[in-house]
Amino acid sequence: MSYKFDFEFLAERWPDFVAGAWLTIQLTVLSIALGFVVGTICALARVYGGPVVRRVAGAYVEAIRNTPLLIQIFIVYFGLSSLGLKLSAEVSAVLALTINMGAYTTEIMRAGVESIQRTQLEAADCLGLTRLQTILHVVLLPAMERVYPSLASQGVLLMLASSITSQISAEELTATANLVQSDTYRSFEVYIIVAVVYLVLSALYRLGFWAIGLALFERRRRLGTPL
Amino acid sequence: MPAALEQTTAAVVSIKDVIKEFGPLRVLDGVSLEVERGQTVAIVGRSGSGKSTLLRCIAGLETVQGGGITVCGHPVGRPGSAARAQLRRDVGMVFQSYNLFPHLNVERNITLALTLVKKQSKDEARKRAAEVLAMVGLTDKVASYPEQLSGGQQQRVAIARSLALQPQVMLFDEVTSALDPELTAEVLGVMENLAHHGMTMISVTHEMGFARRVADVVVFMHQGKVWETGPTAEVFANPRTAEFKQFVGSEL
Amino acid sequence: MIQLSFNHLLYLVEAARFTILLSVIAFVGGAIVGLPVALMRVSKSPTLRGIAWGYIQLVQGTPLLIVLFLSYFGLGILGYKLDPLVAAGISFTVYAAAFLGEIWRGCIEAVPKTQWEASDCLGLNVFQQYAYVILPQALRIAIPPTVGFMVQIVKNTSLASVIGFVELARAGQIVNNSTFEPFAIFTAVAVIYFVLCYPLSVAARTLERRAHAGRS
Repeated sequence: MSYKFDFEFLAERWPDFVAGAWLTIQLTVLSIALGFVVGTICALARVYGGPVVRRVAGAYVEAIRNTPLLIQIFIVYFGLSSLGLKLSAEVSAVLALTINMGAYTTEIMRAGVESIQRTQLEAADCLGLTRLQTILHVVLLPAMERVYPSLASQGVLLMLASSITSQISAEELTATANLVQSDTYRSFEVYIIVAVVYLVLSALYRLGFWAIGLALFERRRRLGTPL
Repeated sequence: MPAALEQTTAAVVSIKDVIKEFGPLRVLDGVSLEVERGQTVAIVGRSGSGKSTLLRCIAGLETVQGGGITVCGHPVGRPGSAARAQLRRDVGMVFQSYNLFPHLNVERNITLALTLVKKQSKDEARKRAAEVLAMVGLTDKVASYPEQLSGGQQQRVAIARSLALQPQVMLFDEVTSALDPELTAEVLGVMENLAHHGMTMISVTHEMGFARRVADVVVFMHQGKVWETGPTAEVFANPRTAEFKQFVGSEL
Repeated sequence: MIQLSFNHLLYLVEAARFTILLSVIAFVGGAIVGLPVALMRVSKSPTLRGIAWGYIQLVQGTPLLIVLFLSYFGLGILGYKLDPLVAAGISFTVYAAAFLGEIWRGCIEAVPKTQWEASDCLGLNVFQQYAYVILPQALRIAIPPTVGFMVQIVKNTSLASVIGFVELARAGQIVNNSTFEPFAIFTAVAVIYFVLCYPLSVAARTLERRAHAGRS
């Protein structure tokens, strides 16, 4: 093999990679947060809602989990704009990623909510808490605590999957890589660098989730039980 | 007698011809019972006699198919109704499985409803929590989490949590059934103390010793009915029905 | 602009065959590489465990899209003709092996320790222990999550479109380029994916429930 690696382009193009990584972080942090809200609401609907609400939430989950993210992104970006709703690539990316994250979060949080025993709800009822107060103060945090490792994994998976938004030219990390490789013809080197950046981001996200978990779950922190 | 007068002097809890069915199964079959202010009532009976269901009906955790229950003159009401909100102010409930909130420490378990329902300030609620914890002898556990406590301690926190809301009536649903004898004693001690301070209490219990010593009235339930009831000493001294005689015999 | 027609839909359905083909390649390749990865993960040798762990971390921490680009352009560097199917096949094998390796490791570890001890006491060697005692039991545990992962494989083959392999997603783009009715076309594409994936999802769930019912 006579191939010679050449990373010289980095001297000039490294700010592009930084900008791309930064957009990836912005897009995915926003999508993970919004997806968590959507998913939590749908999970509560799946467990406590009436039959119609349950079905709607269930159909949403199945539709998203059984179709590729790439196609979901195309429908949001190309599809909606052809119907007259023109969204920028970045907004489309956040919308599609949120819808996707929301569906997976629904399934994960549903398991968490279902694990909260009925007697906890009865105790809250007997203390006079309203339904909403019960959900906010008695159900959500323990439910989330129980499934937190899955939520964190899903968050990392979403961050990695956001590379697919490069296909609608949201200028995130992968799109930046595509651009730089077409300018420099150092494709292999470019994608090696980007792979390393993604690995670092994965580690950072895991660290971030760990820190958030530590902040959220006071009992775990105080008693020192691992998640 | 005028109705208004009857309410203030007589029953805090009034149960009339209550029927409760789970599908084809009739669990409560025309139960009537009056509990006066300051009374301690012990409901005893075999499992499946409907005693726990009766308590859950008073607490509004089960809807009845017939008859009616009033507490402090108000009906139990449907979830979300004004009557139900009033019931929650009047009635405190303690469960067999404690049902403390595992993610909250002892203090927060007690202050949660004080701040959310009674709209007390954090400081007020904390003061109240300290008071009730002193009453159940757990002042030093204020910052502990439920999983760090013994079953008996958890149950005493559950009693304190309910007590903090200053209910008119407290319901105890087999609160010592999950506990070792040693831990049972400390929980019963707290309940006995409450009874002496004039709290109106209805307790579903297996503890015949407790019933004999503390209860003013004993209610023996059998096949979904109040089979036999009366002042404690009298009922135990002269059981009228064969079933109760047999039950008392088997429990000794 | 050409009207969207029945022929276009037929073209999509035909392209779906290549989605299935690539899925099968990915699964078979992933299984062939994934089983050794799983066995290395539970091996007694720290070196083998470390290599397998590193491989899984590397692949699970990199977007599949980047893995695709790397093998596509990497093959070019090695002087091979850039064949999208070969590049996609390699990428999906690498990807599926990492995930299946991790899933199957969990299944092997789920077999009770006493089974190892019992077969050890019967005088079976390590190979015999795996072949006759551990793996048959792990297999039963592994079926539901493996079927569940097949859904991920089918969906992710859509990414092969990016390096020019004409499967369902790429076919959708091609039809869209001539008809320009993206909403209808990509919805149709999504429906075809759903038809492929949903039965697998249901099967995974049913098997999962049955496994749980059997255990308790």
